[in-house]
Amino acid sequence: MSAPAARPGSAPAPASAASSGRGDGPWPHVLLAWPTVALTVLFLVPLGIIAALGFFRRIQAGFFEVAFVTDNYARALDAFHLERLTVSVVLALAATLVTLLLAVPFTFLLTRRPRARQVPYLVLVLASLSLSEVIVAFAWSLLLSRTSGVSNLLVAIGVMDAPASWSPGLPAVLLAYVFIALPLAVLSLYPTFSRLDQELPEAAGTMGATPLAGFVTVVLPLVRRAVAATGALVFIFVLGAYVIPQTLGRPAQWTMPVQITDQAIMKNHLPLAASLAIVLLVVSSLIAVAIVALGTGRWPRLALPRRAR
Amino acid sequence: MSRWLRRAMFALVVAYLLAPLVVVAGVSLNPRQVLFFPPEGFSLRWYGTAFSDPGWYRPAINSLLVATFAALIAVSIALPLSYVMWRYRVGYAKAVMAMGLAPFALPPVITALGALALWIVLQSYGQPHTVVLSHGAFLTTLPLATLTVGLQNLNPQLVEAARTMGATGGTVFRTIVFPYVRPYLLAGFVFAFVLSLNEYIIAYMTVGFTFETLPVKIFASLRYGYSPVMAAISVLFFAVAVALFALVGRVGDLPRLLGADERA
Amino acid sequence: MSADRPDLVIQGLGKRFGATVALDGVDLRLPGGSLVCFVGPSGCGKTTLLRVIAGLETPTTGHLLLGDRDLTRVPVHRRDVGMVFQSYALFPHLTVAENVAYGLRIRGVKRRERLARAQELLELVQLPDVADKRIAELSGGMRQRVAMARALALDPALFLLDEPLSALDAKLREGMQVELRRLQRRVGITTIIVTHDQEEAMAMADLVVVMGDNRVQQVGPPLEIYRRPVNRFVANFVGRNNFLPARVVASDAVEVAGVRATVARDLPVPPVGSDVTVAARPEMLRLRAQAPAGPALRGTVSMVRDLGRAVETRVRVHEQELVVSGRGGFAEGDEVWVELPDAGLVALAA
Repeated sequence: MSAPAARPGSAPAPASAASSGRGDGPWPHVLLAWPTVALTVLFLVPLGIIAALGFFRRIQAGFFEVAFVTDNYARALDAFHLERLTVSVVLALAATLVTLLLAVPFTFLLTRRPRARQVPYLVLVLASLSLSEVIVAFAWSLLLSRTSGVSNLLVAIGVMDAPASWSPGLPAVLLAYVFIALPLAVLSLYPTFSRLDQELPEAAGTMGATPLAGFVTVVLPLVRRAVAATGALVFIFVLGAYVIPQTLGRPAQWTMPVQITDQAIMKNHLPLAASLAIVLLVVSSLIAVAIVALGTGRWPRLALPRRAR
Repeated sequence: MSRWLRRAMFALVVAYLLAPLVVVAGVSLNPRQVLFFPPEGFSLRWYGTAFSDPGWYRPAINSLLVATFAALIAVSIALPLSYVMWRYRVGYAKAVMAMGLAPFALPPVITALGALALWIVLQSYGQPHTVVLSHGAFLTTLPLATLTVGLQNLNPQLVEAARTMGATGGTVFRTIVFPYVRPYLLAGFVFAFVLSLNEYIIAYMTVGFTFETLPVKIFASLRYGYSPVMAAISVLFFAVAVALFALVGRVGDLPRLLGADERA
Repeated sequence: MSADRPDLVIQGLGKRFGATVALDGVDLRLPGGSLVCFVGPSGCGKTTLLRVIAGLETPTTGHLLLGDRDLTRVPVHRRDVGMVFQSYALFPHLTVAENVAYGLRIRGVKRRERLARAQELLELVQLPDVADKRIAELSGGMRQRVAMARALALDPALFLLDEPLSALDAKLREGMQVELRRLQRRVGITTIIVTHDQEEAMAMADLVVVMGDNRVQQVGPPLEIYRRPVNRFVANFVGRNNFLPARVVASDAVEVAGVRATVARDLPVPPVGSDVTVAARPEMLRLRAQAPAGPALRGTVSMVRDLGRAVETRVRVHEQELVVSGRGGFAEGDEVWVELPDAGLVALAA
């Protein structure tokens, strides 16, 4: 076929367009000035403030005063908040699992379609992703309500005797969580899946694998990194949602974001909100890392003996 | 067999994503102030209300303003950053890049609380520019992602070719790189714009009711009295998002913009 | 176009990427106005050498002179080279004419003027009607020509082509070889073509530079490279060859499997008594049914392939299989004599 890359095969090819760094002058630094300042002030500094705020003392007259107290963390880690934290994590994990079970096969099948056919689905996914959490909560509250929900439909076709309300409640929260997470998961999986060599599952097919077996033995091992990363992304995204548990959940489903917002806005207790946020941040990061490790750590070892052959 | 599997899968996902909207659209057509589905009749009066009641159209204008400027800020951060990452090797660029991508690795409520704390410390809590800047930084991730994909797809030989014909740094950017990444830039702008338009928690924590955006207004109505106007507004929002993304799909190659390989 | 083009002189040129050596002390003099091919297997450093000449890579050591002008530190955009890239690197957002006129635009030539010049160049490469088309609308062969027109637009001192024909199918490639050669003759520009295809190099070049192992192995006109390879690498890479172990028995003769044969005269021969490898081209060997008068090796035909313009016969001689190209006339299993050429063998250090 065509010539192998004429670049020295053994020598590392010069990286994409990156210049060697010599003689670049001040340009890269001038260009980076605004992004650096903007992101530092608007992203890094706020995180630092939250970290500090957790140790400050709340004052009745204003917001807070500078101090070093541990009461906020003591409260953030009391039995009530730990229960809220557990509920938040369990709900988010459940939503993540359901989302991946839908998103992985859907994205795989979508990327096997011709490009032009994918576009309407992509537009739908993008539009759903951008739909405000507020609108999502409103829509699901309608969909699951007695007056306008699916239960009316089920009554009409004779499955149910009388319309019922399923919102607020656990199913409503989970359905809405998966609804906001699904588009994010599809878009996060999309690049890896669409770059997957079409011929690989076909090759598995010629060797007798059913489509499902080919998917499990060939496709999944190749995309497990992307799936794990998507799982982590979705988990964090859902864990940080405020409107859905607040609107579609009963108090039993009120998660950490509900508590944080409640303390920050309603109760005006910023130091407690900050310490709750830090606890949530630490726990969510640890679990996200665990999800990625779980997804990528096991399988490569199983594959080792084959490589040694 | 796998064809049926595919159809069932597609139908399930499409139904799931569309069902709430179908109900909302139905509810928005009720002639009376009730939230019935199927609707009791057919009326577009709530769409009229959305455009004539200042309680609804003012937040809409606020949201459009915030989204426009926030998306501009997001793009203004993402373009130089992604270009430097692609073109030069600068040590700290990676750290800046990490900050640009990090917002999506944080629970959104924490980003919002950070914004609240920042603007309280800077004593500008509640002013319109706070939500613009915080949205801009938060949504930088989106144009950053599309531009990075775009620059990765750009054949480095195009740049080398321009250089052999006498073009230097700035000229290469103006004549080759920028025209090439323009669709990715547009896509990134649209993503940031639409997400800002819909964003609730940061807007709530930075400006709240002093500069009410539409999601904040809808949320307030959600708690203090439902109205079919909310449904009408939701339908309009979805329509705007579909229209903008369809436009992006028209102008550029949507699969490629979202990170599929460059091939026919 | 000036008739007297300066020579390109390369002195002690070396290039490292980190710890790996990509070019190891290259010395070359390429006559002005000639068409030179750099040929070698992939990874041999030929593209790196071309990129150093273009100014796209900075050499670690050595110098690059065009006439009396030192190019070593001249940045690419002031080096006055025209380059055709392996991917052609045509700008997808510009029309064909705008692509060709790009360099003129950078130099501030007015739009009308530069588009007129682009049209001239497109006519030169026999594409008079595509000026306003988009790159995506062109076939591979057309893109190839547009890339050449673009590279020539600034009337550069050097015309550099990196694997220009590798993306074309075999038939088109042969046509383009002829056309490229004609174009170069007409314009008279010093041209360097990088290719991994030795036949392509032989078919086009005034001067062939065979590269291997990040070094120049041999420089010379195509026929000389073919007839008089200086080492086993060149003998093996350029064309096909049979290699036989031998021993030097005189200043012009070797002994192969107990048979004495003369070697090519105008080549240095290792000292008498040393072990060597002799190379013999398949078309220099002849098959005989009976023992001929000259030196010959006895063997058995192991395979016959009729390739149309010649028959390739493989003969098992002792432990080795020799490839003979000729008229054929033998069948598998026949006992034959393989006649060695008179003064045609090349003795190479073993």
